[in-house]
Amino acid sequence: MIKRSEKNTKIAIRNLYKIFGADPESVLGYVRDGMSKAELLEKHNHVLGLNNINVDVKEGDITVMMGLSGSGKSTLIRHLNRLIEPTAGEVDLDGVNIVDLSGKELRRLRREEMSMVFQHFALLPHRTVLENAGMPMDVRGVPKSEFEDEANKWLDRVGLKGVGDQYPFQLSGGMQQRVGIARALCSNAPVMLMDEAFSALDPLIRTDMQELLLELQSELQKTVVFISHDLDEALKLADHLVILKDGYVVQQGEPQEILIAPNDDYIVDFISDINRARVLRVRSVMEKTERPPENPAGEVDENDNLESVIARSEGETALTYIVTRNGKQIGTLKMTNLVKALVPTAASEEGLRTSAV
Amino acid sequence: MATYDFVFRALGLERWCTSGGDNAAPMSMEALVAQSSGEEASTSIWELPFPSMDRLNDACQAFPQSRNVTRGLEQGFLNVKDSMSVVLDPLTQPLSWMLEAALYGILNTPWWIVIPGLMLIVWLVSKSWQLLAFVAISLGGLAFIDYYSYAMQTLAIIMVCAFLCVLFGVPIGIAMSRSDKMRAGTIPILDMLQTLPPFVYLIPLIFLFSVTEPKLYGIAIILYAIVPVIRLTDLGIRMVDESVIEAAEAFGMTDRQKLYGVQIPLALPNIMAGVNQTIMMSLAMVVIASLVSAPGLGVLVLRGINNLELGVGLVSGLGIVLLAVMLDRTTKAALNRINASQKG
Ligand SMILES: Nc1ncnc2c1ncn2[C@@H]1O[C@H](COP(=O)(O)OP(=O)(O)OP(=O)(O)O)[C@@H](O)[C@H]1O
Ligand SMILES: [Mg+2]
Repeated sequence: MIKRSEKNTKIAIRNLYKIFGADPESVLGYVRDGMSKAELLEKHNHVLGLNNINVDVKEGDITVMMGLSGSGKSTLIRHLNRLIEPTAGEVDLDGVNIVDLSGKELRRLRREEMSMVFQHFALLPHRTVLENAGMPMDVRGVPKSEFEDEANKWLDRVGLKGVGDQYPFQLSGGMQQRVGIARALCSNAPVMLMDEAFSALDPLIRTDMQELLLELQSELQKTVVFISHDLDEALKLADHLVILKDGYVVQQGEPQEILIAPNDDYIVDFISDINRARVLRVRSVMEKTERPPENPAGEVDENDNLESVIARSEGETALTYIVTRNGKQIGTLKMTNLVKALVPTAASEEGLRTSAV
Repeated sequence: MATYDFVFRALGLERWCTSGGDNAAPMSMEALVAQSSGEEASTSIWELPFPSMDRLNDACQAFPQSRNVTRGLEQGFLNVKDSMSVVLDPLTQPLSWMLEAALYGILNTPWWIVIPGLMLIVWLVSKSWQLLAFVAISLGGLAFIDYYSYAMQTLAIIMVCAFLCVLFGVPIGIAMSRSDKMRAGTIPILDMLQTLPPFVYLIPLIFLFSVTEPKLYGIAIILYAIVPVIRLTDLGIRMVDESVIEAAEAFGMTDRQKLYGVQIPLALPNIMAGVNQTIMMSLAMVVIASLVSAPGLGVLVLRGINNLELGVGLVSGLGIVLLAVMLDRTTKAALNRINASQKG
C-alpha cells in the first residue's frame, strides 16, 4: 500500500466557507471568529453551510465524506464542480483554483475532468438508456453513431447488457443507478463525484453496487469522492474518511485510525453501533516490532480483520500472533490487545450513548 | 339649488362655475328626468346623492360630466389611431395574408384531398382508429349537410391562429421561465387578457383596423387564445425536475443544450396541454369574431340569431361542437403519446 503522503493531491479544498442567505459576505467575519451555525441562524438569519473546510483528495483514492443529514455533505461535493459557488476559499484541481474559472473553462472541466452520480439518479427520462449513458459524449458534440460503442461498453461493464433501447422508467432503481454510473464512466473523467449514490437503494442491491464500485475502482483507479451517511458503507469504501458536522470537519483520516482514536463524542456516537471485529484490521491494533514473540501462535496478515483472528484463536486470549506483510514480520498481535480494541472507546460511558439515542 | 352648491361656494369658485356655464355639455340623464317631471332635488339626508361628476356638474356648470371622460377617451384614441395604424398596419399585414391564403387554400382544394389529408394528420398524431373513424364520420356528416365549406373556413382560421399562438407563445413562456422580472411583468397582462370579456377585445381593434380585413379577427383570436400556451410553457419549464437540471449542468451542458435537450422536451407535456387549450379558446373566439366578419360556422350561428333561423343556429352550433371534439381529442391523443414515452 502506498502511503497517503506519497500520493498526488488531485483536489485540494482550502479554507472553504459557504453561507446561505441574503448577504453572506456581511456575516462571514462572524463565522471566521467562531460563531456557531445555530447562533448565526438565530442572530443573523443566515445558514452556515460549510465552515473552514480543508481536505486533500488524493489521486486514485476513494475519499468518503460522512455526516448526518444537514451536515453539509451535498453542499461540499457541489463545490468541487462549482454547482454551488463558495462564499470564500478555494478548490484546487491539479493545482488550478476552479473558483477563478470562466464559464467556458468551467464547462470544459465538467465535461472532461469530473463526472457525477446522483442520489436520485437524475437520468433524462425522455432519452433511452443508451442515450443517457452516452450523454457526456453527446454534450461534447459527438454524434450518436460514434458514442454508441463507448456507451454500450460501459453499460455492459456495469451489468446492463441489452437494455440500451429501454427508457429509464422501465428499469428498477438499482438498474437506473447502474445507468448513472455508466454515464459517469462514459465521460472518461478522472474524477468521479458520488452524492449518496447508493442511499436510495435496497440494502442488498446497495451491497452489490458497493462491490461493483470497488471492482471498477481496482480496475480504473479513478479519484472518487463519495458522500454517505452510512458508516458501514463509508468504512467499506473509504481510503480516506472525512467526518462532517454542522458544516465543519470534525475528524479526517484513515478509517481505521478514526475507529481506534475518535476525537469527538459525535464520532463516538457514530461508531458505537458497528461490528468492530469485522471492520478493524490487524495492522490497526498490532504492536510494531520486528522481534519475533516468544512461542507465537501463528502468523496473520496485516489486513486480516479481527473477526477472522478471533475465529482462529477459538476464543483463547493468552495467544500472540506474528503480523506479516508480504510474508515478512512487521509486528506482533496480542489477543488481549485485540479484545480491548473491540470495546468502543467510550462504550463504557453508558450515559453518553443512551443520551444520544 | 343643487345639493353640492356649498362645496363650490366654500371654495370660492362660483365665478369659475358660471364662466363655464354656457358650455354645451349634454344634460345628464337624471337631470333630464328631474327637469321634465318638474321636481326639485330633495335635500333629505336619506336621498343625499353621491358626489359624482354629474352631481357636481349640477352645482357647477364648469365641472365636467362623466360622459366627457369617455368622450375624451374616444377622442384620444382617435388622435393616436392614425399614428398607431402606421406602425401596426404593416406589422400585422402578414397575418391578413396568412388568413387569406389559408381560407383560399382550403376552399379551393378539392374535398377529396382535404378530408383524407386531415385524416392522415389525425392518424399520424394520434395513432388511434376510433378517433380516425370519428373524424371521418363528423367531416362526412358536415359535408353531407352542406356545411363543409363553413367548417373548413373555421378550421383554417383556427389553424393559422393557433400556429401563431404557439410561434409567439412558446418563446414568451420560455423567456418568462428564465427571468423572474419578465414573469412579474407579463403575468398582469396575461391576467388581463384572460379576464377581459371576449367582446371587449373587439372594441379597440375595430377602431384601429377596417372591419373588412381578416387581421382584425386574427388579432382578436390570437390575443385571446395565446394565454394558456404562454402560461403552461412557463410552468412546464419551471416544473422540470431540478435534479435532472443539475445533472445536465454537472456534465457541462450549455444553456442552449439544456433548453433544447432537457427543459423543452421535459416541459412538452405541459406545452401540449397549453396548445390544446389554445386551440379550444381560438374556437370559442372565432365564433364571436364572426361579428367582425370572420367567416365560418360562426356566421351561421349569427344568422340563426339575427333571423331567428333556429335550425341553422342549432346545426352550426353542433358543427362547432364536432370541430371542438375533433381538435381536442387529436391534441389530447398527441399529449398522451408524449406522456407515455416519458413517465417519471
Ligand atoms: N440553497 C440553500 N439555501 C439555504 N440553506 C441551504 C441551501 N442548501 C443547503 N442549505 C443548508 O445547508 C446545510 C447543509 O445542507 P446539505 O444539503 O449540504 O446537507 P447534507 O449533509 O447533504 O444532508 P442530507 O444528508 O440530508 O442530504 C443545511 O443546514 C441546509 O439547510
Ligand atoms: Mg445531501
